[in-house]
Amino acid sequence: MTAPLVLTAHPGVGDVVEGDALVSPDGFSARYDLDRTTGVIARESHALHGQSIAGKVFVCPLAKGGFATSWALYDLRARGLAPLAMLFGWANPVMVQGAVLAGVALMDQLAPDPMQVIETGDRVRVDPKAGRVEVWPRATMRLHPTPDGGAPCRWPG
Amino acid sequence: MRLTAEEQEILAGRWGAPARRALEMQVATGGFFGAEAMVRISAAHLTGDPESMGDAGLGFVEDLVRQGARFVVPTTTNSCNVDLDLYRQLGQPEEAAQQERRLRELIGAMGGILLTSCTNYQTIYQPRFGEHLGWGDTGTVIYANAVCGARSNFEGGPASYAAALTGRVPAYGMHLPACRRGTHLVEVRDQPRGVSDWGALGVLVGRRLTNYWLVPVFTGLEVEPDADGLKQLGATLASYGSLAMFHIVGMTPEARTLEDAFGGRAPRGRIVVEPGDLERAYRSFVPEQAEVDLVVSGTPHLSLFEVRRLAGLLQGKTIHPKTMLLLTTNAEVKAMADRFGYTQGIEAAGGRIVVGVCYYIMTPREMARRHSLRTIVTDSAKLANIIAAYGYNPIFRPTAECVEAAVSGRIAR
Repeated sequence: MTAPLVLTAHPGVGDVVEGDALVSPDGFSARYDLDRTTGVIARESHALHGQSIAGKVFVCPLAKGGFATSWALYDLRARGLAPLAMLFGWANPVMVQGAVLAGVALMDQLAPDPMQVIETGDRVRVDPKAGRVEVWPRATMRLHPTPDGGAPCRWPG
Repeated sequence: MRLTAEEQEILAGRWGAPARRALEMQVATGGFFGAEAMVRISAAHLTGDPESMGDAGLGFVEDLVRQGARFVVPTTTNSCNVDLDLYRQLGQPEEAAQQERRLRELIGAMGGILLTSCTNYQTIYQPRFGEHLGWGDTGTVIYANAVCGARSNFEGGPASYAAALTGRVPAYGMHLPACRRGTHLVEVRDQPRGVSDWGALGVLVGRRLTNYWLVPVFTGLEVEPDADGLKQLGATLASYGSLAMFHIVGMTPEARTLEDAFGGRAPRGRIVVEPGDLERAYRSFVPEQAEVDLVVSGTPHLSLFEVRRLAGLLQGKTIHPKTMLLLTTNAEVKAMADRFGYTQGIEAAGGRIVVGVCYYIMTPREMARRHSLRTIVTDSAKLANIIAAYGYNPIFRPTAECVEAAVSGRIAR
């Protein structure tokens, strides 16, 4: 098992979580981009159109949008469709308010920039209070056991 | 975060469970953004409609009421999903009306004022310079900040409830002078003419500056916007860019001069709006088909002047039988439109004024299914931006072209 790549930032909100990354080159708003009934990106022009954010460590350059976003994570979480964590280049108030209500881990302004060093499918551990993110690249994981020790890699079905 | 003795009492539960939970959420959010203290607010504007909240969000509000929550500052409500007098005619689901009635009971029980409008600043309350607010709707917030010189962050749904329950908000972002100063210079060389042109200008800048922490400073304007133009500019910047603040040098209160707007700092970037760019902003919305299913005006809610202008454009005209025309505004403007005969003229042409709603939360998926709607023409750049996620083909055009599209049932491709 190789050592993880470590990203650091100011403290975020939420608890420690670990999951697979979904990296969005485009910004994200729950109202503008998401079908909140399914957790699937519904905006046709969005780079991740048709993909679900449920259960992912969602990595994205920018939080966009207005008040719908502040409700969306709570409702998604109640229906099992929320992302595990969200890592933004820059978060905005509505996204953080939504994460606080929903109990979804959220961090921003990490160094190095997660958009540069995390790829979709990478294994990511997010520790918001410590201001720390650990990344095991997917390519490495194919050759090595999982970070939680020894069990075979399981990719999302 | 430094908390006052009173705030520590709230956290200890002396104001009840809802206020404690509210302040805990505020402290968490404030901590994320580096707030050092809370700041008292004079009013809150709630953003929560059943479509946006979902069942879990409604459950959150049910819990507050069950625990005896009371708002401690004057608290108004934003636009809603149904006009209770018209939803059946429009074919909206009964469930949406039931949820709306229930939410109104809950907000009423906490002492809220059921305004159901996103133009509180035009119709009900004009905040003063420097006044701290806990407003939720992004269009209201950017107007309060930029035009009135008041101070509010986007206090989104749950945060707007929290603000109403504690009477304070975390002091970060737009509450701090340093965050309100300009970051980017916008040189305007294409002069807006009508109200929607201010929206087109917002499209051009909001597509480039897509970060809450950026503040555009407009220069080169040879025309002065009225309140409706500023409403469209602000709502569009907030929608496309998630921006909460802008300055127009010589016109808005924190931009008496260029130096004033930038607070002595150099611009971090420069955007030039060239001749023809406003037209290009409209034309970036491309119709898939010539037939127009729906024309909507009123995001944000129409002012009395805008309703009057639309009534004038519709005079002696008849809406195409296959096209629906909806105007959205608040009850106050509608009452005046009734009194002055504008409503009668609009209805005679085949249009409808829907009260308290905004189209993108007006059960738009159900509306599309029920009426086979795909092409929507609107003079609101914000509506055109949002409605795409609901399976519509949105076409942003100036108001007069929208009325022509409603009458002919067609849009030039």
